[in-house]
Amino acid sequence: MAGLTLENINKNFGSVVAVRDVTLLLPDGQFVCFLGPSGCGKTTLLRLIAGLEKPSRGRILLDEEDITHTPAHKRNFGMVFQSLALFPHLTVGENVSYSLRVRKTGKAIRRQRARELLDLVKLSGLIDRHISQLSGGQRQRVAMARALAIEPRLFLLDEPLSALDAKLREDMQLELRMLQQRLAVTTILVTHDQREAMTMSDLVVVMGPDNRVHQMGSPLEIYRNPADTFVADFIGTSNLLDGTCSGPREITVRGVRLEISEMPDGMALDTTVTVSVRPEEVHVLPGTEEGGNRLYGSVSFVRDVGSSVEIYLDCGGFQIVSQSTPKGRPAVKQGDRATAVLPPTACVVLRS
Amino acid sequence: MSKTLRNIFLGLVLFLLSGPLVVVSGVSLNAKKRLFFPPEGLSLRWYVELLTENSWLIPVKNSLTIAFTSSLLALSIALPLAYFLWRYRVFYARALFTLGISPFILPPVITALGFLSFWVTVGLYGMMIATIISHAIFFVTLPLVTISLGFESIDHEIVEAAETMGANSRTVFGTVIFPMVRPYMISGYAFAFVLSLNEYIVAYMVAGFTVETLPIKIFNSLRYGYTPVMASVTVVFVLLAALIFGLIGRFGDLPKLLGALNPEDQ
Amino acid sequence: MIGEKPKGIRAHLTLVYPALMLGIFFIVPFGLMAAVSFFHRQPGGFYIPGFELANYKNLYTVLFGRTLLFSLFVAGLSAAICVSIGFPFTFFITRMKRRAQVVWLVLLMSVLSLSEVIVGFAWSLLLSRTAGLSNLFVWFGLMERSVAWYPGFVALLFGICYLAFPYTVLVLYPPLSRLDPALPEAAQTLGASPMRTFFTVVVGSLRNAIVAAFVMVFVFTLGAYLLPQILGRPRHWTLSVLITDAAIYQTNMPLAAAMAIFFMFVSLVLVALTMIIGKGKKIKTV
Repeated sequence: MAGLTLENINKNFGSVVAVRDVTLLLPDGQFVCFLGPSGCGKTTLLRLIAGLEKPSRGRILLDEEDITHTPAHKRNFGMVFQSLALFPHLTVGENVSYSLRVRKTGKAIRRQRARELLDLVKLSGLIDRHISQLSGGQRQRVAMARALAIEPRLFLLDEPLSALDAKLREDMQLELRMLQQRLAVTTILVTHDQREAMTMSDLVVVMGPDNRVHQMGSPLEIYRNPADTFVADFIGTSNLLDGTCSGPREITVRGVRLEISEMPDGMALDTTVTVSVRPEEVHVLPGTEEGGNRLYGSVSFVRDVGSSVEIYLDCGGFQIVSQSTPKGRPAVKQGDRATAVLPPTACVVLRS
Repeated sequence: MSKTLRNIFLGLVLFLLSGPLVVVSGVSLNAKKRLFFPPEGLSLRWYVELLTENSWLIPVKNSLTIAFTSSLLALSIALPLAYFLWRYRVFYARALFTLGISPFILPPVITALGFLSFWVTVGLYGMMIATIISHAIFFVTLPLVTISLGFESIDHEIVEAAETMGANSRTVFGTVIFPMVRPYMISGYAFAFVLSLNEYIVAYMVAGFTVETLPIKIFNSLRYGYTPVMASVTVVFVLLAALIFGLIGRFGDLPKLLGALNPEDQ
Repeated sequence: MIGEKPKGIRAHLTLVYPALMLGIFFIVPFGLMAAVSFFHRQPGGFYIPGFELANYKNLYTVLFGRTLLFSLFVAGLSAAICVSIGFPFTFFITRMKRRAQVVWLVLLMSVLSLSEVIVGFAWSLLLSRTAGLSNLFVWFGLMERSVAWYPGFVALLFGICYLAFPYTVLVLYPPLSRLDPALPEAAQTLGASPMRTFFTVVVGSLRNAIVAAFVMVFVFTLGAYLLPQILGRPRHWTLSVLITDAAIYQTNMPLAAAMAIFFMFVSLVLVALTMIIGKGKKIKTV
């Protein structure tokens, strides 16, 4: 099948394990994000794919061709580095057409191609500038144009937006996504910013501090159905409640029975589990109203940031956070007794 | 108050640094063969004599030949060593680097005596080639330090970027590493050139009686009768050094070469 | 590609040429000189190979001892002068705008590159009767008639300090220009005067750099060879003069080599001592 396959990839630096048992299949034409906290091995994994590192174990296949031992300069990939790594001694145009120069393409064609690429990233007219004369956002675009010059089989990006300020960063995310869709190039982006991963990608690969892949799926899938507590906690915010399995569709949390609409397969009675509920799924009602799937507590804090309202409920030893729109804001204030409703469909059961 | 003090202090240093140079320039303009300051009568005849008299022209030619070739030789030793050390951080490369630094740190008379015993043994004592090689080794420190600085300024990701774009090691060297290091090579060469031009004791010990360089010639005239030509030579030397370092300052980053951080980092 | 271990002979080819050049033309001469210091001197000729300590025994003379001590004394004194003037000076220029820094650095580099013989000549003129500073004083009416201020110890000291000053600044320049500008500013916001800030914060935090600079300048000035002959009297001649004299004029290579080796040994020991003292101080304050 067409795409990039990683088989049992392991990478050690001396006694330090950077990547552990990674097996992935990334289909063609997709925008994939490697997401994880710093030190989880996501950059190393990208460098392994680029050929800048050799795996200690495992194979890398591209369209069923083994490229594990192909050196970086023969892979025909395009990569954007965290530092951007633009050549300070070359002009913008020379930077962009560098890979053509390496492939001994004629000067005129190189310049023509550089123009096209600069048009593509909206930098027309800057072809003869020096790198030092560009702004941060412009350098970013040059680095992207440069990596796309040979129409690479894979477009790799290592946290390229991390140096930009928040506003510019969001613009660039959108632009990058549209560029990728237009060119339909298989793209892998490494980031530690889950918002960035969610907005841009078709597929998210979540890596954890144990240097393993925890989950791979579409952003929505990962958000709605996190595979484990790490993913639930790392992607967005989540109420994580420890409990035990007390029936075919029931978990008991601190004496309260919660009905669950979907249970993982093969869950035995009395198994300790974690229930994850997203804050926006939790409804808060004033006072203590009896009913199913409810937890009771007092309001410890109300955070109103204008676009949304967060209510923190102290339920005697654990905390529930609820998020709502300003319109649906519950009529409670700090110190009030309140009830949190956890709909059965919103409760995701994770093995502890 | 303290700003005034600072300016007085800087002024004093400037006066002491430039004082000798001012007096020498004045003396070089004397009309008669006397060393007066302020000069008595103005004339450029001592500059003309420097450029026409064989007794001065030969040392000028010797010094220029030695400085030109020995700095080139020093550069050829420093470049591969600095490259190797940058690319592979291994202890024997580091040891060799230290070895390259040491001739500049020891009192020169010791190195000079070493050269003397070597060239006497080899049988090239008194030849210009001996002076050239000795100067190359003696001043290899300068290109070695500047070129190493140049290599360190190349971020590893820049090399990797070139690799992912299809460049093999040789192409990376030719299209990225060498062009980025070139300004540092030029500065290193210039440093070595200027210092070789002014070096006395090694040149004197190795071939002082047969290959007369300018500093040797000046010292000899100092001992056997003063002439304002000495002053005019000095002026030419100072101007030459100022020109070369001025060019480095204008087209290169002199503060960075001397060990300051990048302007962006500050 | 960077930071790997070199593999095989091909990777090492780059290193062969510099290693050979430094080996043949630096290590061999050095070893040869060390060997010669144990050879037997042949009066009127050069030397015959052998092993004897006679040359080192011959060092034990009043002249050698006096000259060694004088060389060390002059080097220590001028290094102290250079560092105490050079440190505040370097601090000031590192706080200037980059363009002004470049101008000062070009001047310093130009002076640094001057040959000892030119420095000696320039100072001999500056201190002479006919073209010297004293003429200026006469002109201002400060003195009755011009005098010669050289040769002499003070003239020699001026010359050596002039020679070593740019070098001192270059040694101090990197640590001072990397000093965090926020550090003195922080001290000033805490109420310290600029003077006090300079002495407590700047000098204090760069004590190691100062010790290192002192050592470097000390060794640099030990090499003075022409200045003592131009600006000093014969009793001001340094070890460098004595060694050259033995090698060239008395053609006593074994003695010269013995002196050079001994000289190197003494300076290395002194450098090590200074470093140890500098480090010890640091441990106490930390």
